[in-house]
Amino acid sequence: MNNMTEPLLRLNAVRYRYPGASSDALAGVSLSVGPGDFHAVIGPNGSGKTTLVRVALGALAPLAGSADIDGRPASRWPRQALARLVGVVPQREDNLFPQRVRETVLLGRYAHLSLWGRERPEDHAAVMRALTACDAQHLVERWVWTLSGGEYQRVRVARALAQGPRLLVLDEPAVSLDLQHEMGLFELIRGLVDTQGLGVLMITHDLNLAARFADSLLLLEGGRPIASGPPADVLTQQTVETVFSWPVRMETVDGRPQMIPLRQPKESRA
Amino acid sequence: MKWALLVTVAVLALVASVAVGPAAVPLGELLRSDIVWNLRAPRTLLAFLVGGSLGIAGAGLQALVRNPLADPFLLGLSGGAGLGAVLAIALHLSGPWALPLAAFAGALAALALVYRLGLIGGAALDPRILLLGGVAIGAFAAAITTAIVSLADASELRNAFLWLWGGLSSASWDAVLVIVLYAPIPIAVLLAASRPLDLLALGEEPARYLGADVDAVKRRVYLAASLLTAAAVAVSGVIGFVGLVVPHLARLTWGHRHRALLPAAFVGGGALLAIADTLARTVVAPRELPVGVVTALIGVPVFTLLLRRWTIA
Repeated sequence: MNNMTEPLLRLNAVRYRYPGASSDALAGVSLSVGPGDFHAVIGPNGSGKTTLVRVALGALAPLAGSADIDGRPASRWPRQALARLVGVVPQREDNLFPQRVRETVLLGRYAHLSLWGRERPEDHAAVMRALTACDAQHLVERWVWTLSGGEYQRVRVARALAQGPRLLVLDEPAVSLDLQHEMGLFELIRGLVDTQGLGVLMITHDLNLAARFADSLLLLEGGRPIASGPPADVLTQQTVETVFSWPVRMETVDGRPQMIPLRQPKESRA
Repeated sequence: MKWALLVTVAVLALVASVAVGPAAVPLGELLRSDIVWNLRAPRTLLAFLVGGSLGIAGAGLQALVRNPLADPFLLGLSGGAGLGAVLAIALHLSGPWALPLAAFAGALAALALVYRLGLIGGAALDPRILLLGGVAIGAFAAAITTAIVSLADASELRNAFLWLWGGLSSASWDAVLVIVLYAPIPIAVLLAASRPLDLLALGEEPARYLGADVDAVKRRVYLAASLLTAAAVAVSGVIGFVGLVVPHLARLTWGHRHRALLPAAFVGGGALLAIADTLARTVVAPRELPVGVVTALIGVPVFTLLLRRWTIA
């Protein structure tokens, strides 16, 4: 199972349609994430990005094609075993009860605990290691509700890291973060990929950040894969303008494509 | 430290409950007195077990429906049990176990209906529907109960009314034995769900990704807490506020980790009901107040204080 050539996550020609829907939410999507890969999925709203994550994590079973994690169909993994292999930072979560940062990151260790066993020293050590990796160790005694948006996202990434995963999945982690925290978060994720050999699958609507940090991109539109591969191959002016229905100009920064949306001339506005 | 304090309070409550009563028993003769052995001891133990069951069931249900105001009786069980008990009274069913069994059957019927409603959206239990379904089933059962009571004669009416407000006056060693044999299984199921319940506080999707088998946990916790409540209501009637107030008091002291919270809610609930029952049978001696009246009189002021804290924090 731990074969190095086996990708951590492999989607092969996945098709999915929600019950009662008139069209496919995903149609023929393929994707592969190995150790040390940073893979970003981009696309307009409603293009199937979140559905892709649900299928990839086994929450939805594909109608056709396959979604495998470490060589085994994702929907057949017991949740606890899967949580030791894959850490997830979902788009939303609530805190029903007040919690401190230490407690909430410790939730990441639950997949490693036996039914009646209490937390061991190694679990607390893993919590501190994860917080340190996210540059959030100074927050450990803070109440979660006193954190800023950027601090909270770091803590949530730390909780996923505390699971001791080989694959990290993030759904729109930088939404509503300011420039400093947005860039900080992407630098953090990139660093984890480079130093710890983590595989990363990230959903984001931010084309420029995805192109700047990820090794490969998958562009979805209406559930269909439009382009995939290195950022320079995927983010071309023609592709972006077609998919997002807006004129853009492309530039290159650090060898990565960056797009700048243009103002539309008055007469062509709707 | 806080555990030592809680256990001390619980032990003092049990001792006081056995020592105090309308009939004066000299302290030196406590252990030899028939009144103590046949009346007060089983009643005290039953109060402790019922209060503990309500406390731990309430703590589990609050985490399950993700609503801090959930109470074991909010899910329609009290309505079902009340209907069963009132039917037994109206039909003059006799025998020491007729009333508890009828109440238990009523609670189980309500439980089954609410559970079925909770599955209305598919294979996974929907906590919001559980709450709404519980309120609806409870109201429906209460309407039928009131219809039956309004047609009953005066003495039946009084019995039914007293039962609906809870009481432990029919406590016996048999009842204690039944609960001692019955309660450990649902309690063990709740304790085993401690960690997944912690995860569930983040929401179902995050809990799943952190390793909780969410659908199975929801089913187990709902059934265990409801079966525990059904047994409690069968032997003691509807005793409100223990399952609501005790988990909140326990949360203030023990935090929100269910491994510590659930046992604390059990011991705290037991102690509270032992104290409430002692008051119920002594303050207007030789008559008795329904114990549900006492728990409400204690519980409501405590609860309003908690609400104040809640809105400040």
